[in-house]
Amino acid sequence: MKRAVFSNPWLPILILTPQLAIIAVFFYWPAGFAIHSSFYLQDPFGFGSTFVGMTNYTDLATSSEYVRVAWFTLIYTALVTFFSLAIALLLAVKADNVLRGAKTYRTLLMWVYAVAPPVAGLMGLMLFDQGTGPITQLFAQFGWEFKLGVNYWDTATAMVIVAVWKQVPVNFIFFLSGLQSIPKSVREAALIDNRSASGRFWDVIFPLLAPTAFFLLIINITYALFDTFGVIDTLVQGEPGNNPMTLVYKVFVDGFRGNDLGGSSAQSVVLMLLVLLLTVFQFRLMERRIHYT
Amino acid sequence: MADIIDTAPSAEAEERTVATPLSRRSIKWNVVGDHVILIIGSLFMLVPVFLVFMTASYDQITIHREGMQWTMGDQLGKNFHDAMFERGGFTDTVDGMRMLTNSMILGVGFAVGKIIISMLAAYAIVYFRLKFATFAFWVIFTTLLLPLEVRILPSYEVIQSMGLINTYTGLIVPLIASATGTFFFRQFFRSVPEELVEAARIDGAGPVKFFIDILIPLSRTMIAAIFIIMFVFGWNQYLWPTLITTEEGFFTLVRGIRQIVQTYNDSAIPEYGQAMALAIIAMLPPVLIVIFFQNWFVKGLTESDI
Repeated sequence: MKRAVFSNPWLPILILTPQLAIIAVFFYWPAGFAIHSSFYLQDPFGFGSTFVGMTNYTDLATSSEYVRVAWFTLIYTALVTFFSLAIALLLAVKADNVLRGAKTYRTLLMWVYAVAPPVAGLMGLMLFDQGTGPITQLFAQFGWEFKLGVNYWDTATAMVIVAVWKQVPVNFIFFLSGLQSIPKSVREAALIDNRSASGRFWDVIFPLLAPTAFFLLIINITYALFDTFGVIDTLVQGEPGNNPMTLVYKVFVDGFRGNDLGGSSAQSVVLMLLVLLLTVFQFRLMERRIHYT
Repeated sequence: MADIIDTAPSAEAEERTVATPLSRRSIKWNVVGDHVILIIGSLFMLVPVFLVFMTASYDQITIHREGMQWTMGDQLGKNFHDAMFERGGFTDTVDGMRMLTNSMILGVGFAVGKIIISMLAAYAIVYFRLKFATFAFWVIFTTLLLPLEVRILPSYEVIQSMGLINTYTGLIVPLIASATGTFFFRQFFRSVPEELVEAARIDGAGPVKFFIDILIPLSRTMIAAIFIIMFVFGWNQYLWPTLITTEEGFFTLVRGIRQIVQTYNDSAIPEYGQAMALAIIAMLPPVLIVIFFQNWFVKGLTESDI
């Protein structure tokens, strides 16, 4: 580090303390606790716990329900990520094109960022309502009898649509700012070389946006995995039952409804490893990102 | 400065028409196509909330029978009044006002706490010769790896063992335990020209004076941007408040949504109108802040990579 100019011995320690203390108590302690309890089996009546080694993990791997939830999480994450990125990219390109009303469109397309996921979920609950929901009625016109909360894949569809609705604004903001940072000279040069607008986009603009897209890919995967909790909890109406759910939702259900501390902790540890992988992947991409720009 | 901004769009418009000497008609169709897509996109974002607003103006029996409404009814004032001031709609002991207050406490408390703590930590890391600086850096940035959702049950157990259930401390402080803010301020401090520190030292300013008189004023825009992002983040918290606040006196608006959803399933006709009004109230403050301080917000979001 180049800077480090003050050499006061006690002041930096003093001002680092609040951050370190909070992290130690509310991050490292719980994280350690999770790893610890993932190797133990809790007594159902609350009298101590016994060391069971890897049992909680092998139970997970052999549980058909866990495997099913993991598959669903994968599909759900892929769909939410793809659609929210694709829609946002399309809108950002168009918003970057137009000269009139660009600012108005920007506002109209980004404000949903501030809507809380469970509020979006509540809206979804009304819109997809089995009897009276406007979207259900629209689907019925096409002969699709939509049954939220009853049919597994119908509920999943609603979850994806609401999650995408909530995520498009963030992607839009990043794509638009990425597009606006592309130098004018590059666009002009492309304009001379290539007449077709779509050709210019895929050959010149899109590669320049790739770093933003890579970064957003990670952000969206993280969002679909963790931040959609509120959407899912409201759409399944707190009744997991036969409804689709993601891995994070299962950690919550098993831990707080099933009172299975060991199993839930093992699931937490699995997710920790998943996030760790994603982060390593992200750092790799960030190195490349610096390379690009 | 103003001149440049004023002339830029027209110059660009001119250049586009010059550079693509296609027939006028085809250019226009392109533009129309762009606008059509943007309008569809805007409607996709807007219509659900529009429906919620319209529905909030009807009585619960109409809503129960017919679902969401596309027109304005006459119950808007009553529904909002009841949602704000009447107890026992969806909760037994609190009204919307109390939940609004709690949401404010959570949003502002979280944003302010996070900014103070992470600014101090980033200052220590960037501006001091510190033996364990690298170690502190890694200890702090490992927290980026694990969102609260992942370690939710152990976190709950820890908070419970400390007796912090149903307190504002238990609600706010664990949410602060992540490095996003520190990371951002570290980036920003490193972009501040080094000459400033040199100049300040020559003038005899110590670390405290430099921080308060130079660095904080310099960071004003950044602090505002981070405040907006953090306020929205805190206000919209759902899972953590759901676990930590079992007493209704501590419910936030977003936490209150869960009560609404639970009643939604019951056989009795819930107060739909009030529910929609509460949903609007829960959306309004963060949405307004994001719209009014758009430029700061977008700058903060895209430059900090949170």
